[in-house]
Amino acid sequence: MARKQPVVRTLFVTVLAWIVGLIMFFPIFWTAVAALKTESDAYTLPLNWLSTPWTLENFGIVQDRSNYALYIRNTVVIAFLSTILGLCFAVPAAWSMAFAPVKEPSISWSGKRWLATIFLTAFVVGLGLYALNWDLTNRAALGLGALIITTVPLTLWVFSRNTTDALLWMLSTKMMPPAGALIPIYLIFTRNGLVFKDWGWIDLTEWNLMDSFWGMVPLMMLLNLPIIIWMLFTYFKEIPDEILEASRMDGASLWNEITKILLPMAVPGIVSTCLLNLILAWNEAFWSLNLTNRYAAPLSFMISEYSSPEGQFWAKLSAASLMAIVPILIIGWFSQRQLVRGLTFGAVK
Amino acid sequence: MATTHSQRLGRWVLAPSLAVLSGWAFVPLVIAIYFSFLRYNLQSDNTGWIGLNNFYYFFTDPYFLKNLINTVLLVSFTLATTVIGGVFLALLLDQPFWGRGVVRILMISPFFIMPTVSSLVWKNLIMHPVFGLFAAIQTYFGVLQPLDWFASAPLLSVTIIVSWQWLPYATLILLTALQSLDEEQKDASEMDGAGPIAYFRYIVLPHLARPIAVVVLIETIFLLNIFAEIKVTSAGGFAGNLTYLVFSDLNDSNDIGEAAAGGLVAVVLANLISYFLVRVVGKNLEA
Repeated sequence: MARKQPVVRTLFVTVLAWIVGLIMFFPIFWTAVAALKTESDAYTLPLNWLSTPWTLENFGIVQDRSNYALYIRNTVVIAFLSTILGLCFAVPAAWSMAFAPVKEPSISWSGKRWLATIFLTAFVVGLGLYALNWDLTNRAALGLGALIITTVPLTLWVFSRNTTDALLWMLSTKMMPPAGALIPIYLIFTRNGLVFKDWGWIDLTEWNLMDSFWGMVPLMMLLNLPIIIWMLFTYFKEIPDEILEASRMDGASLWNEITKILLPMAVPGIVSTCLLNLILAWNEAFWSLNLTNRYAAPLSFMISEYSSPEGQFWAKLSAASLMAIVPILIIGWFSQRQLVRGLTFGAVK
Repeated sequence: MATTHSQRLGRWVLAPSLAVLSGWAFVPLVIAIYFSFLRYNLQSDNTGWIGLNNFYYFFTDPYFLKNLINTVLLVSFTLATTVIGGVFLALLLDQPFWGRGVVRILMISPFFIMPTVSSLVWKNLIMHPVFGLFAAIQTYFGVLQPLDWFASAPLLSVTIIVSWQWLPYATLILLTALQSLDEEQKDASEMDGAGPIAYFRYIVLPHLARPIAVVVLIETIFLLNIFAEIKVTSAGGFAGNLTYLVFSDLNDSNDIGEAAAGGLVAVVLANLISYFLVRVVGKNLEA
């Protein structure tokens, strides 16, 4: 119910809100101003930014100097491919959890079951090592064996969860701090670890995921997969089961039910999920700074190059920053309302 | 209800996601545990088993305590500013006024700026001791020696940048939560003679309790992992956090073993916090 507000009050709120909004936006505005000035004027900005001439030369210089086209291509490739790849995993998973939830865990794990699984895995791994004729003093063989023996039972445990637990478990993978995964991923990507150097029977001399799309795209997909699944899940949950049931009554096959009824209804949800994933992938910095430096480096890496003392030309820095943020800023403006549920794992809608 | 057929299909189509995610969760963890027990430096061939010594080195590193304190300070200051500021801004934006959509867009924008950009823009254009905006303001008011932000208060500078990035997040979430508040409750409380303060204290705050908890927990997860803001502004020596310490173990001393041990410490810390998050989020989930 809308009530009449006194005009004075609205005026006061308007002025206050505009002041706060402008302060929050000011650094971005200031970047835009500095980007449109010559290098020497950029340094004297606070005093006379209105009286100095405007120029577009910086944008061209950024392209010449730091090859902007390469970086934005890399960013777009990584962001879009990881989004599409993520959707391929997330749409079926979210559908499954929203419409065919599993109430009971398929295996109830007891101490005995755990022990049996671990021993069985160890036995199979031992057989494999024996069959491959691997030297048991070879650390690579033992490391790989230990990896299998620990991950297989844990993975089995994940698979036997009911749907609620599986969802929460997926959420918890997002909590893994990148600092914890940095060393293993670095070792895998550079093939620099003891375990990965010498596998005997697979030739990995050409294996180098460092600074390549083959490494960055799957990594980015994995980073955001829990968020995509959660967001899609909350959208799918809002589609009433009755509609699907009615189509089933009319004799629609499962395939038709999904492609003709469910997906068209879920398009808005899928689109905003994609946008959130694009924003997150576009702005990702930790892995980009650590794992790329030339061929597959995205825009956040390009900007970080400007932190070196010789790169401190403000007008160029500002121009490069503006070119890096504008595309995603516009996407963000359009999708801000839908982002909330993805950013809170559906806890706030 | 779901048929057995679709249920069986459901298991199969869920499997790929679970498989890749459990690979992502467990394989690096096992590898990190393995390497945390090794003496392994990229610059020497002398490798071997050294038990828990990597953890010992990590904990006795003089930077460990410093960076741990930095981490706690960075997270808690940013949380305080963003949550308090977020409540205030959300209440403000919830009022009707002219140009609401535009102000909303202005206010939310910092969240979409990539961390490397916001760090460099703040460090150079705003906090620069000679040509920066803050320096200009100080000079205008007659201060002869403007504050050199990153030299004299590196941690505070990083905190300001991070708060600027995350305040829009808190505002957006809390605003969305506020808008779901029933308008009739306001009328009812007014009829009962409650003033704006009582209304805020007894109606709005309880309504915001859960969104605030969610904001605090999710922000904590992200703030523990702040990295680019510290690396790009070269503030690592003074304002580094645990993430930065692990990075510098790898990047500067090339010590894989110690970095792996440090990473595991970070994992344990984050898991303590995520335990609570999962409980809060799981509470209103009926799958």
